[in-house]
Amino acid sequence: MGEAVVAVTREDQEMLADAARSWVRDRAPVSALRKLRNQRPELGYDPDLYAEIVSMGWTGMIVPEAYSGHDFGFQGMGLLAEELGRNLTPAPLIASAVTAASALLLGGTDAQKSRWLPRLVDGSSIGALALEEAARHDPAAVALTASRSGDGWLLDGWKRPVEFGMAADLFVVAARTNGGPGDTAGVSLFLCDASAEGVERHPLTQIDSRAAAAVRFQRVAVGPEQLLGAVDQGFGLLDQVLDRTRAVLAAEMLGSLQEAFERTVDYLKIRKQFGRHIGSFQALQHRAADLLGEIELVRSAVYSALAALDSGDDDVALRVSAAKVLAGRTFGHVAREMIQMHGGIGMTDEHDAGLYLKRAHIADMTAGNIAFHRERFGKLLGV
Amino acid sequence: MEGDLEAFRIEVRDWLSANFPPSLHGLTPLHNPADASERHESADYHRWVQAVGEKGWGLPTWAVEYGGAGYDADKADVLAQEFARAGAFNPIVGLGVMMLGPTLLEFGTEEQKRRHLPPIARGETRWCQGFSEPGAGSDLASLQTRCEDKGDHWLINGQKIWTSFAHIADWCFCLVRTDTTRKQGGITFLLIDMLTPGVDARPLKLINDTSHFCEMFLNDVKVPKSETVGEVNGGWTIAKRLLQHERSGLSEQRRATLDLVPLAREYIGLDAAGRLADGDLRPRLLDHLIMDRAYAQTIERRAAAIEQGSPHAPAVSTLKNLGARIAQDRNELAVEILGNRSMGWEGELYRDEELGIVRDWLYSKCYSIYGGSHEVQNNITAKQVLNLPDQ
Repeated sequence: MGEAVVAVTREDQEMLADAARSWVRDRAPVSALRKLRNQRPELGYDPDLYAEIVSMGWTGMIVPEAYSGHDFGFQGMGLLAEELGRNLTPAPLIASAVTAASALLLGGTDAQKSRWLPRLVDGSSIGALALEEAARHDPAAVALTASRSGDGWLLDGWKRPVEFGMAADLFVVAARTNGGPGDTAGVSLFLCDASAEGVERHPLTQIDSRAAAAVRFQRVAVGPEQLLGAVDQGFGLLDQVLDRTRAVLAAEMLGSLQEAFERTVDYLKIRKQFGRHIGSFQALQHRAADLLGEIELVRSAVYSALAALDSGDDDVALRVSAAKVLAGRTFGHVAREMIQMHGGIGMTDEHDAGLYLKRAHIADMTAGNIAFHRERFGKLLGV
Repeated sequence: MEGDLEAFRIEVRDWLSANFPPSLHGLTPLHNPADASERHESADYHRWVQAVGEKGWGLPTWAVEYGGAGYDADKADVLAQEFARAGAFNPIVGLGVMMLGPTLLEFGTEEQKRRHLPPIARGETRWCQGFSEPGAGSDLASLQTRCEDKGDHWLINGQKIWTSFAHIADWCFCLVRTDTTRKQGGITFLLIDMLTPGVDARPLKLINDTSHFCEMFLNDVKVPKSETVGEVNGGWTIAKRLLQHERSGLSEQRRATLDLVPLAREYIGLDAAGRLADGDLRPRLLDHLIMDRAYAQTIERRAAAIEQGSPHAPAVSTLKNLGARIAQDRNELAVEILGNRSMGWEGELYRDEELGIVRDWLYSKCYSIYGGSHEVQNNITAKQVLNLPDQ
């Protein structure tokens, strides 16, 4: 893999973050998520908002110019995800423009890249990773089989949840071509049209209102031109694709938890009980101060993981797992405190606190939870 | 400009190869001169202090008349880079450098700056901080040390405690009470020569044995009025500023860190799958290592933010608490890893490293008390960073 040379100045990044912040504030308030939830569209996002995201160029952040992208790097992508996270904006940006795009960039042939990347960038296609099967995230445990058939393969099995799987027209499917669940050797990645014969999808209604899919593959034929990377050698590619996904997801979580924290601190300044602002009580002040410290650690870990992706550091995996652990723990902590410090009002459906708690849970479960990444961090350190 | 900097870089490089004693290569500066394990008593060390002090390179951005080198930030950066490249440390450290120097630059008279700053920059004077008293800890402004106006001098009577390095210090910057009718508004900031009759300091015995923390008695101590910094009764403002420098110094301090990974491998061992054999300790150790890395990255992020003039630098009150808590976790894990080898106080049946880990663990409990306790830092964060209301 060749690392893109990212020549992006701090000023460029600040302009980008400012633009994203204004757009999220004006066009994608939390009420947009609420509206989406109440209308329950199967897609799990608002296509009009995604079209605006596409028109601002955000889908081309990590894609080289040769494939219609802007090559802005992961730190730029992270800034966007952070802003989108603030208002819990559901969009297939990470699924399509980070995860699927990275699978193509890192493992695709010229033909595969030329065919799909410009479409992911211009929004005419949406990609999604079909990886999860069992209850617990474990990329080596892939069981869905790809059995030899002529010069191609037949895919058989279930994938769930596939994030934005109802919206996607392109699946990147992790399949077992050799060995058994638990073996890192014998995993292969395939590109598969969502409309291919034998693909059947069912919506999963999630607590965060981002509809995922359960996808069934029944004797779905894939040809050699649909294989991503080398056969049986897909695990390393998958691991890298996942790390890019996790780093940007952690940035999104950082934005969400920052917003949840700020809203909570604001509430402490206006809510009065016993004739005084509850934010004047030391018990609450100290919990808020401790949370701020936790958040500083998350921010550092997330920015460090994104920077490592841009510079091609060899400890990317270590940094990404550390960031996902801290983001997962602190998002959960902030979300629980958001409800507790709001008291009864925080328990109502009308208040946004519950939306942050629900998203915190799903974001932690996605692409490996705290326990998964702590375990991985330990293995990488050799303890 | 670039060319000038490159010429300067070569000058520094040449000077270092001629003057930096190879015996000191890779050592760290003297943060704790009372701790024998950190003491550098060699002739090379003293030569190095003198050489750096003479060049003004210990505090390169201070003006020449105050003992610095008068450099701008770019030139100081080159200096720091070349020191790092040569494995050389800056030996000009201590409370004079970290706390009093910046405070005097802001509040001192020209005469005070010219008299006190150059010896600090040359590493010749050691300073201690006479702030806390037996009855004034977290509530520092309740301090009682009496300061009477005797016409041409002040007369001081009282007791200070937790006065770091007082037993070996040459000078003390001290808070005294000049007005008993007002709390914060009755405090004055004085500089006291430790050789003045009536000053008596001795180290306190703590839970980890002797320490650099002292108690200091002031009995009829005469202090010239020329050693008053700022206005009489205006000391609290100066003290608060000085405490910011202290928090900042403490939060950025890289404690000599023990690497827990090899320690755990040695004392606990790995199971067949290559994991630490203690399945309970392992996730707690990993959580600590993850937070420790993020803390180091946060220190770097703060430095970068300050350099860029960004308003988003993490607050020192937040960092001080993070640093203290993470360091205390490290010490707790270390003694847990050692098992019953962490039960020893002294004796040849314990390894020196084991005894050191135990003493460090005991000592580490003060990290969340000194320099403003965890609770005081959280009050500062709540009020000054989060702007939470008083009522």
